[in-house]
Amino acid sequence: MGALDQLYQQLILEHSKAPHGKPLKADYGGESFQVNTTCGDQVRLHVTLGPGDVLEDVSWEGSGCSISQASLSVMTDLVRGKTLEEAATLSADFTELMHTRGQGFDDDAAADALGDAMAFEGVSQFPMRVKCALLGWMALKDAAAKAKAGDHTPAQIPEGWE
Amino acid sequence: MTAGTSAASAGGAASPAGSPGPLTDAEVERLRSDFPILGREVGSQPLAYLDSGATAQRPRRVIRAMAEFVERSNAGVHRGAHTLASEATEAFEGARARVARFVGAPAPEAIVFTSGTTAAVNLLTIALRNLAGGETAGPVPSSAPGLVIRPGDRIVVTEAEHHANLVPWQRLAAQLGAELAWVPVLPNGRLDLAQLDELVTERTRVLAFTHVSNVTGAVTDVQAFVRAAHQVGAIAVMDAAQSAPHLPLCLGDQPASGDVSAAAGVPLGVDFAAFGAHKMFGPGGIGALYGRPELLAALPPAFTGGGMVQAVTMRGTTYLPAPARFEAGTQPVAEAVGWAAALDYLDEDVGGMARIAEYEERLTARLLEAVAGVPGVRLLGPADQTDRLGVASLAIDGVHPHDAGQVLDAAGIAVRVGHHCAMPVHRKLGVRASTRASLAFYNTLAEIDRFGQALAQVRPYFGLTGAAGAEGE
Repeated sequence: MGALDQLYQQLILEHSKAPHGKPLKADYGGESFQVNTTCGDQVRLHVTLGPGDVLEDVSWEGSGCSISQASLSVMTDLVRGKTLEEAATLSADFTELMHTRGQGFDDDAAADALGDAMAFEGVSQFPMRVKCALLGWMALKDAAAKAKAGDHTPAQIPEGWE
Repeated sequence: MTAGTSAASAGGAASPAGSPGPLTDAEVERLRSDFPILGREVGSQPLAYLDSGATAQRPRRVIRAMAEFVERSNAGVHRGAHTLASEATEAFEGARARVARFVGAPAPEAIVFTSGTTAAVNLLTIALRNLAGGETAGPVPSSAPGLVIRPGDRIVVTEAEHHANLVPWQRLAAQLGAELAWVPVLPNGRLDLAQLDELVTERTRVLAFTHVSNVTGAVTDVQAFVRAAHQVGAIAVMDAAQSAPHLPLCLGDQPASGDVSAAAGVPLGVDFAAFGAHKMFGPGGIGALYGRPELLAALPPAFTGGGMVQAVTMRGTTYLPAPARFEAGTQPVAEAVGWAAALDYLDEDVGGMARIAEYEERLTARLLEAVAGVPGVRLLGPADQTDRLGVASLAIDGVHPHDAGQVLDAAGIAVRVGHHCAMPVHRKLGVRASTRASLAFYNTLAEIDRFGQALAQVRPYFGLTGAAGAEGE
């Protein structure tokens, strides 16, 4: 399999065409707006926390490349119903996976927990695309922190973005 | 110009000065071997470098000239009396004269070295701010009252600008309480000249415009802009970053002589211009601000420090005249040497910018044809070849530019993806980002054909076929 097909795994292509987590729900406990300034990818993401700091709901709207969109979709499936602590661990593991530069990921327990998100392993061979895969995870981290802090203020949107 | 005369197509030496005619395919093949990087592979494919609009590749002559300078003569300029310092100073000032000749400047003093195009525009806007703040350097010529900007005056730019020729003017306008207006881009990617006279009001002090858009490839009607500016005493400031690698340039008022490239250019008569070496087959880290000598003489410095002073006491400082007044600090001497070598290469080895411009017309025609033939691909910018250069920014239906660039890279084809530092023109043309192929004289028709074939594979790779919108994604 060529590097291109390792990057664009079938699972990634499928998620990018029919992403999970859309549409954006109006109610939220925390909101984040993140952009990728080099290519114009953007996401607005909402999280709702339930008892025990469980991520009761994650929803988002955004546009961008297939990697960013698929990553948001897979992330949504993965973290819904998880506690903030579990989500933070997944986020750290996924970030680590992205920085393996195609050299392999030997944390089997983390790989099991990441599940479908392991399809993004090929992205690590393309340093320019790593931030695409991480866009959604950045938004999740930010929105979750706001929800935890009870900060319901709308996310700041830089001028020129919508 | 007659294409493919027998002498030229025989594949002999590049046409000598005075007998232009487009580069032939055989000449291009030979010139390509001067660029070591063009021989490399990406993945297992030969590199097709279609990103010269971002940075151009360098011929061996440039690489060698820089290495030789560093190995033999490296020293600070304008300071020290030793042999190396003297050689370095001569090389640096020689490079200034070389750049001046190449762009048809009236004198070497019209060229201020900067770190690039962006730095050149910023230098100018900072100097203008200092002048507006009351700092003086010399008399402001009565022909150019636009040099002094007051609150309520107007600065006019265009919607097609690269951020480098937009953000500094936005900032200057905000700092001085001036009003910023812009010439809009039409849906076909060209500037709306019909609005020019109305926008350039009596209060207009500056008209800043790009010579060639780095997104649409459209060539600006410079004479119309210069005329509009000068009618109201405004200064005409041109971003030549994208034109200098493709067209013969004569920035001054008079037809140029002494340089095969500048001599082929129409005198543009702009007041200031900015351009950088790395898009002109030279090194990164050096560029120039061109200015009419009488205007540079009236501008206070932007940066101060060593190398730009006449005398310093604890009470105050007197400055050197331009261009030294604008060149504070240690100068990029090896880069200047490399830039001069690039210009020698263009004039002597290639045969001048007119030959390049004529050859690139063929490339551009092929590029426009290649792009037009691919379903679901929209060209941002003029589809006709009149007054446009070899830049094709594309919106590919259903495929993000990052994904398109990745598929093309896998085929060995280097293109740029993103907004290319020109967000407003993208927004105007209805997209956030695009996939851009940009040509240089070392590209071949065969490379463009490869690009066309790979481009046709992009949408199918992501499961899309047929015309735009057919899948209802």
